[in-house]
Amino acid sequence: MQITVTVNGDEHTADVEPRLLLVHFLRDKLGLTGTHWGCDTSNCGVCVVWLDGTPVKSCTVLAVMADGHTVRTVEGLADGAALDPVQEGFVRCHGLQCGFCTPGMMMTARWLLDHNPDPSEDEIREAISGQSCRCTGYENIVRSVRWAASRGTEVSAS
Amino acid sequence: MGPMQVPAHFEYERATSVDHALALLAKWGSEARVVAGGHSLIPMMKLRLARPEALVDINDLEELAYVRLDGDVLAVGAMTRHADLLASPLVGEHYPIFHDAERVIADPVVRNRGTVGGSLCQADPSEDLSAAFAAVDAAAVVRGPDGVRRVPVREFHTGPYETVVAPGELLVEVVVPVRPGGGSAYEKVERRVGDWAVAAAGAAVWLAGDTIADAGIGLTAVGAAHFHAPAAEEFLRGSAATDSVLVEAGRIAAERCEPVADQRGPADYKKHLAGELTVRALRRAVARARGVA
Amino acid sequence: MTTVEQPPIGFGRMHRKEDARFVRGRGTYVDDVNLPGMLHGAVLRSPFAHARIVSIDTAAAQAHPRVKAVITGQTLDGLKLAWMPTLSQDTQAVLATDKVRFQGQEVAFVVAEDRYAARDALELIDVEYEPLPAVVDARRALDPGAPVIRDDKDGQTDNHIFDWGAGDEAATDAVFASAEVVVAQDVLYPRVHPAPLETCGAVADFDAVTGKLTMWCNTQAPHAHRTVYALVAGLPEHKIRVISPDVGGGFGNKVPIYPGYVCAVVGSIVTGKPVKWMEDRSENLMSTGFARDFHMRGEVAATRDGKIRALRVKVIADHGAFNGTAQPTKFPAGFFHVFTGSYDMEAAHCAVTGVYTNKAPGGVAYACSFRITEAAYLVERMVDVLAYELEMDPAELRMKNLLRPEQFPYPSPTGWEYDSGDYPRALQLALDMAGYAELRAEQAARPPGGPLMGIGISFFTEAVGAGPRKHMDILGLGMADGAELRVHPTGKAVLRISVQSQGQGHETTYAQIVAEELGIPPDDVEVVHGDTDQTPFGLGTYGSRSTPVSGAATAVVARKVRERARQVASAMLEVDPGDLEWEKGRWYVRGDQSQGRTIQEIALASHSSLELPEGVEGHLDATTVYNPPNLTFPFGAYVCVVDVDPGTGQVKVRRFVAVDDCGVRINPMIVEGQVHGGLADGIGMALMELIAFDEDGNCLGASFMDYLLPTAMECPSWELGETVTPSPHHPIGAKGVGESATVGSPAAVVNAVLDALKPYGVRHADMPLTPAHVWRAIQGRPIRTDLAIT
Repeated sequence: MQITVTVNGDEHTADVEPRLLLVHFLRDKLGLTGTHWGCDTSNCGVCVVWLDGTPVKSCTVLAVMADGHTVRTVEGLADGAALDPVQEGFVRCHGLQCGFCTPGMMMTARWLLDHNPDPSEDEIREAISGQSCRCTGYENIVRSVRWAASRGTEVSAS
Repeated sequence: MGPMQVPAHFEYERATSVDHALALLAKWGSEARVVAGGHSLIPMMKLRLARPEALVDINDLEELAYVRLDGDVLAVGAMTRHADLLASPLVGEHYPIFHDAERVIADPVVRNRGTVGGSLCQADPSEDLSAAFAAVDAAAVVRGPDGVRRVPVREFHTGPYETVVAPGELLVEVVVPVRPGGGSAYEKVERRVGDWAVAAAGAAVWLAGDTIADAGIGLTAVGAAHFHAPAAEEFLRGSAATDSVLVEAGRIAAERCEPVADQRGPADYKKHLAGELTVRALRRAVARARGVA
Repeated sequence: MTTVEQPPIGFGRMHRKEDARFVRGRGTYVDDVNLPGMLHGAVLRSPFAHARIVSIDTAAAQAHPRVKAVITGQTLDGLKLAWMPTLSQDTQAVLATDKVRFQGQEVAFVVAEDRYAARDALELIDVEYEPLPAVVDARRALDPGAPVIRDDKDGQTDNHIFDWGAGDEAATDAVFASAEVVVAQDVLYPRVHPAPLETCGAVADFDAVTGKLTMWCNTQAPHAHRTVYALVAGLPEHKIRVISPDVGGGFGNKVPIYPGYVCAVVGSIVTGKPVKWMEDRSENLMSTGFARDFHMRGEVAATRDGKIRALRVKVIADHGAFNGTAQPTKFPAGFFHVFTGSYDMEAAHCAVTGVYTNKAPGGVAYACSFRITEAAYLVERMVDVLAYELEMDPAELRMKNLLRPEQFPYPSPTGWEYDSGDYPRALQLALDMAGYAELRAEQAARPPGGPLMGIGISFFTEAVGAGPRKHMDILGLGMADGAELRVHPTGKAVLRISVQSQGQGHETTYAQIVAEELGIPPDDVEVVHGDTDQTPFGLGTYGSRSTPVSGAATAVVARKVRERARQVASAMLEVDPGDLEWEKGRWYVRGDQSQGRTIQEIALASHSSLELPEGVEGHLDATTVYNPPNLTFPFGAYVCVVDVDPGTGQVKVRRFVAVDDCGVRINPMIVEGQVHGGLADGIGMALMELIAFDEDGNCLGASFMDYLLPTAMECPSWELGETVTPSPHHPIGAKGVGESATVGSPAAVVNAVLDALKPYGVRHADMPLTPAHVWRAIQGRPIRTDLAIT
């Protein structure tokens, strides 16, 4: 069936099978390969994107369910050449190693900061608790989000 | 071999209203499945353990997404996302058991999508909300072609993954009477944050002075019929709210469970947890009823 | 990116060069590779652990309109590809022809126009099986009458693979015979899985016109893969290009060649189109390289006052249905014989027996440093068991037995030569950081019957950087690695290395090594890796070998460039090369610092019309092959603090202190990150990760709902410390570190939990210490964790 989805501000219309998963729609139909696939069972969270402004696991959402809705992916985080503070935090605090979980982690982190600009370490840990990382032991992911939070403060204060 | 990663073919229908959803369900009959958050159904479809001919998507039914007080009844729309139940101050005020439970259901991202109605209808024996709603003696409101019917949650489940909701029907709301003097709590043991329960217990008590006027106990993943522990409730009614009474209620609750061993734990451990967590949930519920927790 | 800090010209903290693409979602992982006309493959797998294949009917699948090919074992048999060699001189079925030998084994391969259609077609293949009894319990695999799994092998009449031992058995027995105290303990290191978040996969593209096979594959060892493809498939090696793009975690899972890769190649040859094959998660967990599965019995001989005299170990190693471990040929039990760990003792001996079972093949993976995880866990458990029996403090017992700094280089009783170390210093630092005395006081003040706390210590010695080629090879390929360094006329450089990053940050650290040696900014060094057409031969990244081997190769090749630069500089300055002195980035005339030339000036001159001395070729480019003289021996001391709820068995890790010594740190930020990750692995293995099997051989850890990875909630904020004891034989004094924390941390967590359970008289319980298992241990009825819970 034909669906129209707004992804990172751009409208995309495509013919899809109803069974096509949103993660495959983004990756295979739109070529937005920054969103990854990792587990089938909505456990690992490498597929997290925003659907209508809320993080969801796109391996467990059908593309047709996004018809008429808006999606934001890692490719929509940066504003042109300017990185989102979350992206910058991940670079500065070594919040990634293999990079596979990183897009999903950053999408959740951005959402968290939009709703809680100054989260505690525990709040950050809880926010990303549905997303696995095998490289970082989470320590530097937490620091990256804290960095982004404090930078956000600096930015708004200046 | 099973692992498929992708669902089999099906037809997709999107409902724009409850009436439309019922019409679509009538059209497809028993071959249709309702999809809400999809976090239980879609994985089963990927494994092809579920192969509906049609999916009726009710995610656009904003009319079913609410938590409100209708007089002295707390009403939760079936499309209320877990995250919204967890965030609701109304729920926290009247039934903190749901905040306890929601905090340990899956993970925050899944809670953004998963729904109250979906959890109840999936009827997984390890699902948390069923026991929580059983503890507070909630009722499920089911709409069908012949109108609305109301089913106590304690009679809602007819077996693992089975409920009273018939083909053509839709769970639209869960209602819980709000009564004064109450306290409630939910205790769960999981192997890891976000895992399904090894075992869990929910308790609600209503005190009249130091006496337990009424009590409700719900149990998860321990082979309790209807997620419910009626004998322990019966024992509590009219008893003094002392710790030894709560401990005895836990013993009674555990005694009547018939858990099965799996990789989450052996049966004796789950039976032990049924008692231990019942006692812990009761203690916290009593403390909350007394306003000291 | 608004990086304000100036990166160091050499070693030190700097942000990773590779992150710019990753944070934008612009990494290129193998599933991101899409070629024109590409088809998709999917593998049909066995539902049975052991069964005879009666028939396979592929007609319906072949008739599917979107299916391009269906390949079975019979197809491959015609091409002599039904079986392939493993990395341990065994054979493994690519697609089963006679029997299936583990649940999830590859039976057929479908190639279709898209991944959904390929998986639809799997359902249309009808396989008739005749189920056979399965061998599930490794301890019963050699029982008389046990079903013979490998009846395909000539002369194989049981499930025995190998017997292997190390150390002096007679001397060890003699010490035990005269020992004041002997304690014995059965210790299981259960089967776990590396479970990188990116599953294994490949895109095979065979060009029939040029005869060239291009293989995008998320392998940790692209060169080894190329050579094996050449040997197995008979393709000329120069017509094979293996490209390992960005890899989403490896941890040893991505070293072997899996049947799916071979099927993708065959699929591409058969269809004339590129074929992509990506595992799903269940396939990854059920069929690819698992880790551990060591059933150990340890015995320690000691004096009554706690001096360890000898260690004796017997092991049953469950290798699954095919012996497919990836490890140096001469060491069928990997480097397990480093099991004397960090302690001084008179004698030691181990005897390891490898067996076949009806489970997935593998065993060496998950950051294990070729089985040193098992060794470190065993010895650290045994030390705590001894402390328990002697009623000694485990920290004091360790201090009493640790090797002393003056004993290095230390020849171990099982044949190793530890290169350098100061163990007591590291342990003392860890104890001080943890506040050990205060923690013990807190523990002692706990009232009986209430919440428990436990303090666990582990001390580990690793042996990494395989390795000296006369001792170490895989399939006859010596474990030495090449490096090539080109310096362009403007002084920018390209380093080409054989190892391959799965997140280790090679593009940054190797640039830093060149920067340190040549004095040019790391940003001026491009690191090329993961493409066999672009890089020199080498064995790849696993076993913490990249820095010890390729890091050394990089330093050596940079020094070669520096020496070439000296020759050119001497021509430029018209002085004898012997009169030049080096300072970072510049050769100058001894005695006159103003007379000098920078490396950039020299690079330009080396490409110019400058007349060079006799014998100097021009340009600065150099190559090398580094054959390490020894392994490197990083070590560390870990302290873990846990809280345990005896009513539910739940364990909460409160604190984790890790002191690591990996010699010189090239980029401390990256070292710390790797340690963090390994510590989380330790929490995972100690508390939740497990692949168990039921009596029929069904895999009970086949999805992330059952195979539990630790989340941010189970991990405390890690407290790191460091000591620096350089490796004396490594060009920059560095040691490998990628696996240290995975090796060292599980014992600390387990020791902490068992320390907490001491009031209940619990001396040992096997991993994973799930709530159920902790509770059962308290009841005195521990669970056999490798089998189904009943």
